[in-house]
Amino acid sequence: MSLIQGATGDWEIVIGLEVHAQISSQSKLFSGSSTEFGAQANSQVSMVDAAMPGMLPVINKYCVEQAVKTGLGLKAEINLYSVFDRKNYFYPDLPQGYQISQFKHPIVGEGIVYLDMKDGETIEVGIERLHMEQDAGKSMHDQHPSMSFVDLNRSGVALMEIVSKPDMRSSEQARAYVTKLRTILRYLGTCDGNMEQGSLRADVNVSVRRPGDELGTRCEIKNVNSIRFIGQAIEFEARRQVDIIEEGGEIVQQTRLFDPKSGTTRAMRSKEEAHDYRYFPDPDLLPLEIEQSMVDELAANLPELPDGKKARFIEEYGLNPYDAGVLIMDKASSDFFEDVAKGRDARLAVNWVTGDFFGAINKAGLDVASSPISADQLGALIDLIKDGTISGKIAKQVFEIIWEEGGDPAEIVESRGLKQVTDTGAIEAAVDAVIAGNPEKVEEVKAKPNMLGWFVGQVMKATQGKANPQAVNQLLRQRLGLD
Amino acid sequence: MSDLTTLTIAEARAKLDAGEISSVELTQAFVDEIDKADALNAFITKTPEKALEMAAQSDQRRAKGEAAGKLEGIPVGIKDLFCTEGTLTTAGSHILDGFVPDYDSTVTTNMWRDGAVMLGKLNLDEFAMGSSNETSYYGPVVNPWQRKGSNAKLVPGGSSGGSATSVRANLCMAATATDTGGSIRQPGAFTGTVGLKPTYGRCSRWGIVAFASSLDQAGPITKTVEDAAIMLGSMAGHDVKDTTSVDVPVPDYEAVLTGDIRGLKVGIPKEYRVDGMPSEIEDLWAKGIEWLKSAGAEIVDVSLPHTKYALPTYYIVAPAEASSNLARYDGVRYGLRVEGDDIIDMYEKTRAEGFGEEVKRRILIGTYVLSAGYYDAYYLKAQKVRTLIARDFTQAFETVDVMLTPSTPSPAFGIGERMDDPLAMYLNDIFTVSLNMAGLPGISVPAGISQEGTPLGLQLIGKAFDEATLLRTGQIIEQAAGDLPTPASWWKEMS
Amino acid sequence: MSVDLATVRHIAHLARISISDEDAKNMEGDLNSILEWVEQLSEVDTDGVEPMTSVVHMEMKKRDDVVSDGGYAEKIVHNAPAYEETFFMVPKVIE
Ligand SMILES: [Mg+2]
Ligand SMILES: [Zn+2]
Repeated sequence: MSLIQGATGDWEIVIGLEVHAQISSQSKLFSGSSTEFGAQANSQVSMVDAAMPGMLPVINKYCVEQAVKTGLGLKAEINLYSVFDRKNYFYPDLPQGYQISQFKHPIVGEGIVYLDMKDGETIEVGIERLHMEQDAGKSMHDQHPSMSFVDLNRSGVALMEIVSKPDMRSSEQARAYVTKLRTILRYLGTCDGNMEQGSLRADVNVSVRRPGDELGTRCEIKNVNSIRFIGQAIEFEARRQVDIIEEGGEIVQQTRLFDPKSGTTRAMRSKEEAHDYRYFPDPDLLPLEIEQSMVDELAANLPELPDGKKARFIEEYGLNPYDAGVLIMDKASSDFFEDVAKGRDARLAVNWVTGDFFGAINKAGLDVASSPISADQLGALIDLIKDGTISGKIAKQVFEIIWEEGGDPAEIVESRGLKQVTDTGAIEAAVDAVIAGNPEKVEEVKAKPNMLGWFVGQVMKATQGKANPQAVNQLLRQRLGLD
Repeated sequence: MSDLTTLTIAEARAKLDAGEISSVELTQAFVDEIDKADALNAFITKTPEKALEMAAQSDQRRAKGEAAGKLEGIPVGIKDLFCTEGTLTTAGSHILDGFVPDYDSTVTTNMWRDGAVMLGKLNLDEFAMGSSNETSYYGPVVNPWQRKGSNAKLVPGGSSGGSATSVRANLCMAATATDTGGSIRQPGAFTGTVGLKPTYGRCSRWGIVAFASSLDQAGPITKTVEDAAIMLGSMAGHDVKDTTSVDVPVPDYEAVLTGDIRGLKVGIPKEYRVDGMPSEIEDLWAKGIEWLKSAGAEIVDVSLPHTKYALPTYYIVAPAEASSNLARYDGVRYGLRVEGDDIIDMYEKTRAEGFGEEVKRRILIGTYVLSAGYYDAYYLKAQKVRTLIARDFTQAFETVDVMLTPSTPSPAFGIGERMDDPLAMYLNDIFTVSLNMAGLPGISVPAGISQEGTPLGLQLIGKAFDEATLLRTGQIIEQAAGDLPTPASWWKEMS
Repeated sequence: MSVDLATVRHIAHLARISISDEDAKNMEGDLNSILEWVEQLSEVDTDGVEPMTSVVHMEMKKRDDVVSDGGYAEKIVHNAPAYEETFFMVPKVIE
């Protein structure tokens, strides 16, 4: 548990998150207009999305399935009967004057997400519910001195609001939670998790209390759209609340905004007044009833999820939990690893994938999908190391060649003469030459066996790195009388 | 030539089919009548050019021998709650100033598909909220009927007052209407026209300005039961754009008008015999019972114990839904905007100026009953009572096929007479509103003339999706009532 | 239950309708008489009764996930009291 120090003692942060995840669908939740990002203002808007008089919602079947699928991925209960309600409030980017959401009867009930923390601890975060709702449009406030511009392209896009229990106790845990949730959604394919484009964003509820006390009054920081900002917002907000309380003040329940430039939060003007959303079942929509058979079918076809994959990596490839945890965070990476590791030395595979490979793509600003090296190529390279054709050192050289120029690792090794020298005669000659050329070092090494490395280096240099290091080692020991 | 505007749809269709008249001639006759009827204030927007163009197209289709639709060449009026592409649509409200939709409602689309001709958009109570057509921003509609020996202006009923008046005054052959608590049947009764409210889900609500989504239903107002059958056949049908519209086949309603109701079990709900019911209403009801009995029906007493709670339930559910449905009128995307100091001020001024008194009253009631702390006591309670109301009908319909009641507790009253007392006004819908609560179909058929010389109607209530029985039985009443008088056309002298 | 003037004002604000003092007073009277009248529902025993969700008992039809609408920004904005290019324009909102 991480506490924050105040002037009057320790404080515990309590965090709950409401994550809005855009369902990866072609069309909107209740209309047939496109969900494509970045089009001309109001071009992806139907008469329904613009709340023209007399328009009615018709639900998108695919979106319902994706919500169920996500519920299954969160190990949550699926409600075969759920209801769409209207949440009434006025805002220019909310054309109907209400948001269609699910209030009393959400489609998904309680579930659970496991977080693997860096220190090896596993934390359980409870999921309170998942419900479907419509996204609002977008208002732009800085285009005109006295007017705001409204674009409804996002209006009606399907969202899943995933509400956690207030189970997190540090900004680190909150970041781990969103990261894990995003991973699960991406594995499921129900949300692309793209935070820059707003496909995933979080309302962060923060309160502080003395360890063991009742929950304090919370503030909700709206629409934070990066994992780093979520961390910053929590840190700032918790400190702000502690300062207020320690100065004798009281926390007012509030909706706040995070400003990434200053790293601070401030109260939202437009949400100052207490809301009374007047929820009631949307009379334009019948209750949403789904068949158990549909749920069963989705469950049967559920892809392997991060937790399952992690366990399998540990079991099947003998990875340590940390490496397995790193690999599974990104589905593409874990698939890449599996392609490399299949039928090969898993240790070697994980080192190469998480080491040189990740290093190279990170440096180049690429991702697994856009990497110039394929899993087959990396695998072939590892095969060459494994069968003694090249040393690890030469392999790094070959890796770079493939990265830059492409090609088949075996051919590159062959054509550039990078093959490891295992011919004892040639190694012997090199060893003898080094010993003969450095009599004073030969004396030294007798007293300091650590010096052996220097001799190995010299021999490797003389053979342009192609000598089999084990053979060199063995021969040197013999000749120097170190055994 | 005899006056074409007094024809029924069925009669006009026969003449069109026989080539005796053209749709352009027929349409022109209505266009001329409409011009002489400004005193009735039935139209918000007249569309004579469009009408004549549609009529000409219809004539061309006929000339080419293309299959004629149910309403081929028939000039109709459209309640201004139905969105019509390219034509101003107001819902009778200031707040929709200048709104020209780029789409047609499904119901009107169906009618254009079947060859109908649009004469214009008909006046109504603002957002269909009212029972007298006095709440329209465009002024009250006047009933073509006047009391014996009086030229006091009477209300046509509401909210489909423009629809009822224009049909009765021969300004269109038939009109679309909507019914949320009685808004088709009550004006039907007040003007001596047939008003049919279909089962909830029978006609698509898509493209009709919403008042209370769980209650609104479109239907026709016509001169005869046969015409109602023709109109419903065109208006009804499943619509993928309205998930509350029902995917069941639309029967051939014209074919069900057999005139044979022998063995039909007709329920008489005792709770409709309310205190203080005028004797002429009671007498009319008794007459209706006799007519059906002599046509071979069996009369059965039934009970609908929660009837008295239907109206108060309605005045919770309908305003609640309306308060939310009308939130979209905010001065941002269409209609009126009154500038303000900031966005909230703009909203508040726009909505204060854009909505009339009755609409505001209902929005406020609706907002209140949904607000935190009151939801359970009002809205949830009302929805539970609604379940009981619907259950009453389900039980009663286990023993009967159809029920007979009066349509309204009184004949048409004078303009301005009841405007000061919202509750007294609400009581107009006492006989009609239960059906909306249960989603059931009902029809009001002209059945007699009051002591004041104005029309009275009888209401038939049907089982869900059994409009056929309503129409067949309605025609028996229509025939038994015989030739009822028509109003003197006093309005022509006034224009 | 009855409403007072402050409640009328609060509801009017929730509903975004500005209301004059005189109108608020009139509304107070109207709302109270309507609320008093609907109060009769409390006589009805609704224990164990499910609230009505829909008068027609049927399954909600769902549509397939295909793009079938949109692509007419001009039509979306042309009825607006104020718009620029294809944006709606509203008095500046301060968040
Ligand atoms: Mg939230
Ligand atoms: Zn949400």
